[in-house]
Amino acid sequence: MPPKIEINDLTKVFVKKTGSVTALQNISMTIEDGEFVCLVGPSGCGKTTLLRILAGLEKHSAGNFKINAEQSKRPLQSMVFQEKGILPWMTVQDNVAFGLAMRKAPKDIIAKQTAYYLEKTGLTQFASLYPSELSGGMKQRVSIARAFANDPEILLMDEPFAALDEQNKFILQEELLSIWAETKKTVLFITHSIDEALMLSDRILLMSAQPGQIIQEVRIDRPRPRKIEEIRKDPELAAQFVDIWQHLQKEVQKSRT
Amino acid sequence: MTQSGKIVQDPVRVERAEWKRQQTKARLQQLLTIVSPVFLLVLWEVLSRTGVMDIRFFPPPSAILQTFWELLVSGAIAEHVGVSLYRIALGFLAGVIPGIIIGLMMGLFTPIRHFVSPLVMALMPIPTLALLPIIIILFGIGDLSKVITIAGSVFFPVVINTAAGVLNIDKIYLDVANNYGASKSQFFFKIALPGALPVMLEGIQMGQAIALLTIVAAEMMGATSGIGYLIWTSYKAFLLQNMFVGLIMISFFGYLFSLLLRGLQKKLLPWR
Repeated sequence: MPPKIEINDLTKVFVKKTGSVTALQNISMTIEDGEFVCLVGPSGCGKTTLLRILAGLEKHSAGNFKINAEQSKRPLQSMVFQEKGILPWMTVQDNVAFGLAMRKAPKDIIAKQTAYYLEKTGLTQFASLYPSELSGGMKQRVSIARAFANDPEILLMDEPFAALDEQNKFILQEELLSIWAETKKTVLFITHSIDEALMLSDRILLMSAQPGQIIQEVRIDRPRPRKIEEIRKDPELAAQFVDIWQHLQKEVQKSRT
Repeated sequence: MTQSGKIVQDPVRVERAEWKRQQTKARLQQLLTIVSPVFLLVLWEVLSRTGVMDIRFFPPPSAILQTFWELLVSGAIAEHVGVSLYRIALGFLAGVIPGIIIGLMMGLFTPIRHFVSPLVMALMPIPTLALLPIIIILFGIGDLSKVITIAGSVFFPVVINTAAGVLNIDKIYLDVANNYGASKSQFFFKIALPGALPVMLEGIQMGQAIALLTIVAAEMMGATSGIGYLIWTSYKAFLLQNMFVGLIMISFFGYLFSLLLRGLQKKLLPWR
């Protein structure tokens, strides 16, 4: 099977009045089908830019990328946005159904998929509420349910848990993993939290500070399903944490000078 | 409580008493909103009856009320109010509908915005009332000239608020629409319209207030009926009690329309 995502020498330059900034430089990577990959890097390293390019929200300057589709009817990708990504004027149910409704899926499929993912994310009883009545954690569940319900080839996640408190974050991470295990979707997940990356990933890609490049790859071969307690207790992962931390430190230092 | 701490207070009871005190206080404060207009009316009545205020300019509220009753019974109020409401309704719609359409187009299409907004900005400061003589020459002294005057005044706050409503939609919602493959018409109905609606309704609320301000002035010139006509002719004939009746009608309808629009707002924006 070909890799799910292929990225070759992708470069993005932003031109401004004061000159140009290279946000991404010659990014190359492949992500296998069903893989959960976290992209970790210091803030401002261009990781969100990379995700936005894959999401079709931004154009790249050079290079190319390909998302290999299995079924032509499926959308290529769906994104889970940062905290404010759900539509305040739609109920929870309509938000979850949004992608399906936009591509005019049959009514019965919309109803079935929506009900399924509402159930999976524990939102069934909140289906007719508006987002303003939900907590931050609930909102992100809506965002996750919307992306999975759309049944895309790959999922892109842009720091979806960054704004949550720590306990909610752990709970949502486990929930995300359990839905993901069931669907076997390919996920590219952006985070600045090393803990989060260790908890979720099959593979972690480390990015350098501007211009963003991929500088290291770390495999996490822990059995699944994973529990936050086990991840925290594991001495091998603790060593990996320190290793990744030192790498990032170096990058942060570099970007300061 | 004694020093030995033998008497233990029930915390629930303490808090309940405190809660009750807060409730009473809130109710008393609400009462103030009724007290203030009543106080003003009583003060007015006393001052004009005792001659501190000139009774010719400020007839006591009881006298105004009596005049109101006479005008109501004679059918004069129904006639003037009916005519004015008809003009307000038509003028309001004739200003709001193009305001919404042009405002949405300005918000959605950048070239249209660049083309139209200097015209809007330049024309907005001109009071429609200053154009009233021309409007009367062009459209006569009938209803049409009043309707157009109101429409011209209502149009600007609506067009500006609608365009601003579209432009102020959070960028992330545009990303969501793009990422989930919304078509142009889906984008309009699912993102742009509901996203712009809150600010748009503020503009319509403003337009409503301006429509009432305008009708009175528009009916002072070249009119033979309407609340503005009633106010103006009573003033010229020095029938100030009749004039005050007209003013009170305007105040009443302004309040009523505000309440109606607030209700509409609640209906249209259930997510807020």
